[in-house]
Amino acid sequence: MIRLAVISGKGGTGKTMITAALAQLLPGSLVLADCDVDAANLELLLSPKLIRTEPFMGMKTAVIDPALCTQCGECMEHCRFGAIERDGDAYRVSLLRCEGCAVCTHVCPAAAVTMQPRQTGEIKYSDTERGHLVHARLVPGAGNSGLLVHAVKKTAIEQDRNSDLFLIDGPPGTGCPLISTISGVDMALIVTEPSVSGLHDLKRVVAVCRQFRPRILVAINRFDLEQSLTETIQIWCKEEKIPMIGKIPFDPVVIESVRKGVPVTRAGASPAAQAIQILAANLENELMHYGNRRG
Amino acid sequence: MRLAVASGKGGTGKSMVAANLAFTLSQAEQVTLIDCDVEEPDLHLFFPAPSTTTEVTVPVPVVDETACQHCGLCEEFCQYGAMTVLSSRVLFFPELCHSCGGCTLVCPNGAIHEDPKRIGTTTISTPLPNLKLISGMLDTGNPLAVPIIRTAKKLAASDPLVICDTAPGTSCPVVETLDGCDACILVTESTPFGMHDLQLAVDVAARLGVPAGIVINRSDGKDQATLEFCTDHDIEMMMTIPFDREIAAIQSRGDLLCRARPEWQKAFAALFVKCSTLAGMDR
Repeated sequence: MIRLAVISGKGGTGKTMITAALAQLLPGSLVLADCDVDAANLELLLSPKLIRTEPFMGMKTAVIDPALCTQCGECMEHCRFGAIERDGDAYRVSLLRCEGCAVCTHVCPAAAVTMQPRQTGEIKYSDTERGHLVHARLVPGAGNSGLLVHAVKKTAIEQDRNSDLFLIDGPPGTGCPLISTISGVDMALIVTEPSVSGLHDLKRVVAVCRQFRPRILVAINRFDLEQSLTETIQIWCKEEKIPMIGKIPFDPVVIESVRKGVPVTRAGASPAAQAIQILAANLENELMHYGNRRG
Repeated sequence: MRLAVASGKGGTGKSMVAANLAFTLSQAEQVTLIDCDVEEPDLHLFFPAPSTTTEVTVPVPVVDETACQHCGLCEEFCQYGAMTVLSSRVLFFPELCHSCGGCTLVCPNGAIHEDPKRIGTTTISTPLPNLKLISGMLDTGNPLAVPIIRTAKKLAASDPLVICDTAPGTSCPVVETLDGCDACILVTESTPFGMHDLQLAVDVAARLGVPAGIVINRSDGKDQATLEFCTDHDIEMMMTIPFDREIAAIQSRGDLLCRARPEWQKAFAALFVKCSTLAGMDR
């Protein structure tokens, strides 16, 4: 199984749209995962049929038993996350802020604080035309998105270990969820756009990727909106020896296909669909070489 | 007043709205703009200026091996798996540490103290006479964005008018940014992706008790579903920015809509009035 993550650094560059089209175009057996667990959108393009749902338990969080609490305030004083709130005489844990460190349970002289398991999301295992999809939903405002990403990947690998390709739709950013997504992947396809923000964010996400050593590939979406920046990005990639394997033009058909809930490559012939076919062919080549090298 | 600009979905134009709002308001009053998207901060690209950078550190444990009895209590206590105690030494995994201080409290031998560890920076500049820009930036490879956001917000604690640009998503970095804000602008696009993530963002704002209003960006006129959502949830549609290749190009090259096309300042000033009403702070 080759593990390929589609990521971007900057949000909204077209990761999900490209992942859905690649799922349709790449050959062999697939398992898919949506690791943008904060705001999972891949399901909106793949019409998944839900097979089962499992609760996701995040970190345990602290609970104060008001019957035992002596209102000494030790927990509040020692909590470094500002998660203990005082309401009149009572102390309460803010579930939005609690990071589950358990320091409050240690410092409480009355043993009034315990750590309790809490469901912070769910993991969904579904069927699509192109293989199984593991997707998730994080309770809005909950923490532990990195942990949930890890659980999503683990489910996909365990359930579908014989698939040729594990295709991951990644999160934006460079923090916890992104790091959890790219750890252990063989290849990262970075989707960028020709803007000063796109280039800046590309450089940062490449720096993070290099700490995990996947093969890095780049594609530029909406490349024709600012040709001079597209050239700057291409020059930078060349200097950094990062293969640029696709350039997708701005095309209103992309938005139409998202509104129809299908990959753009299923919405009839269009300039964007054609460009993604070239991207998929280049990627297929990369995957073949990678597979051969690995043996 | 403290405003946050958020979205759920990435790339909807949060930074564009935050930057243009701050630029417009700074023509008349003192404004502080904070880039709380510390994983991918971009606002400084739109406001180049000389700046001062300060390191952000978090406390991490250091084990004094001469005092350590290798009893294993720190490993047992650490909820993040950041300590592994071997028979003759302790392995510490800094990328897993949340800096809670628990290990120093449970060590019976006083063998653990904390040293500061750099995780990123905050940068302050004054790109315009009335505009202060604070950018939080997480060092690449570091997972924990929240302490940087907290530090950046503290730097503006006594500033009268603060606009925070938020990271995409709905988890910890967004909660940390929205927390304590008087109102929130949610920037969306009229696609099923935008709608799906807008619902999540509305939910987060509601859980935090922050009143929210909506801005549609890159509108191609097919906004019916978003408008219905606003009506159904009693959320105000505050502004619509059309899709326009020239607006996209202005933004792409790092310029500001309100600088390149000053006629847009009126619309952003009107957006601010609506935000003030939303925050219950009529001006």
